[in-house]
Amino acid sequence: MIYRRLFNVPTWQFRSPFGELERMRQQMDRLFEETRAPYQAAQAGVFPLTNLSEDKENYYVRAELPGVKGDELDIQVTGNNLAISGERKIASEEEGARYHRREREAGTFSRMIGLPGDINRDNVDAKLEDGILTVVVPKAEIAKPKQITVST
Amino acid sequence: MADTQSKELKVRDKQEVASPAEQTTPGLVFTPAVDIFETEKEITLLADMPGVKADDLTIDLRDNTLTLSADVAPADNTDEQDILVEYETGRYYRQFTLGELVNQENIDAKLNDGVLRLSLPKVEKATPKKIAVKTG
Repeated sequence: MIYRRLFNVPTWQFRSPFGELERMRQQMDRLFEETRAPYQAAQAGVFPLTNLSEDKENYYVRAELPGVKGDELDIQVTGNNLAISGERKIASEEEGARYHRREREAGTFSRMIGLPGDINRDNVDAKLEDGILTVVVPKAEIAKPKQITVST
Repeated sequence: MADTQSKELKVRDKQEVASPAEQTTPGLVFTPAVDIFETEKEITLLADMPGVKADDLTIDLRDNTLTLSADVAPADNTDEQDILVEYETGRYYRQFTLGELVNQENIDAKLNDGVLRLSLPKVEKATPKKIAVKTG
């Protein structure tokens, strides 16, 4: 399969040797893009990892924040940006506890998420349920899609 | 502790389970991050399982093997279009081997804000009996 993709050169009479190299490079790029997992493609590298989706009315921002309480979160809207910051605390256990594993981490975090369209900043709703934060940001009237009927 | 409390959190990808057995149900399976510590009386396990409801969590202990598995209900956002996807959701699964006997009657599990806290009380060991050797 890879062999065919890379070497399915129709004819060996290339117009320029560099043009042919360029075409091969593009094919290689395409090949790597296909094998890469889709969700690893675009990560900002800032905690918390965030999923952003939209429907006609709202933008939805979701993040996994296990063990964070609602009052430890600070959510602000500036322009079309949503800022989420806070601190994840892990209570220290009683004296004499011997750890076998310690994989969970405590610390502060702060993230800015740029929303792609205009928003109505007065009705932003945030809830934290089972360690998942969901922020519903309504779109501004101008950013909502408007159905246009075609008259015949 | 003050040192670790103030540091900035780094992004860590959710770890997918590298299971030797093949999956029969579709979907991704992740390994939850855990803390395990023990005191004189009990072993405590804390696991990060965001999105898990108490009803969907199964804790199983047999032959010193503790199994945590949890289903995450898929979000009902089918009519939404993804703009940015940085994490995936799926089930959680992890197994542990316990070195010590656990009093199965008094296991206590709490799930708060996506964090499971499991207390496994140790079985009181039989006190060693001293055997007196008689002479004569």
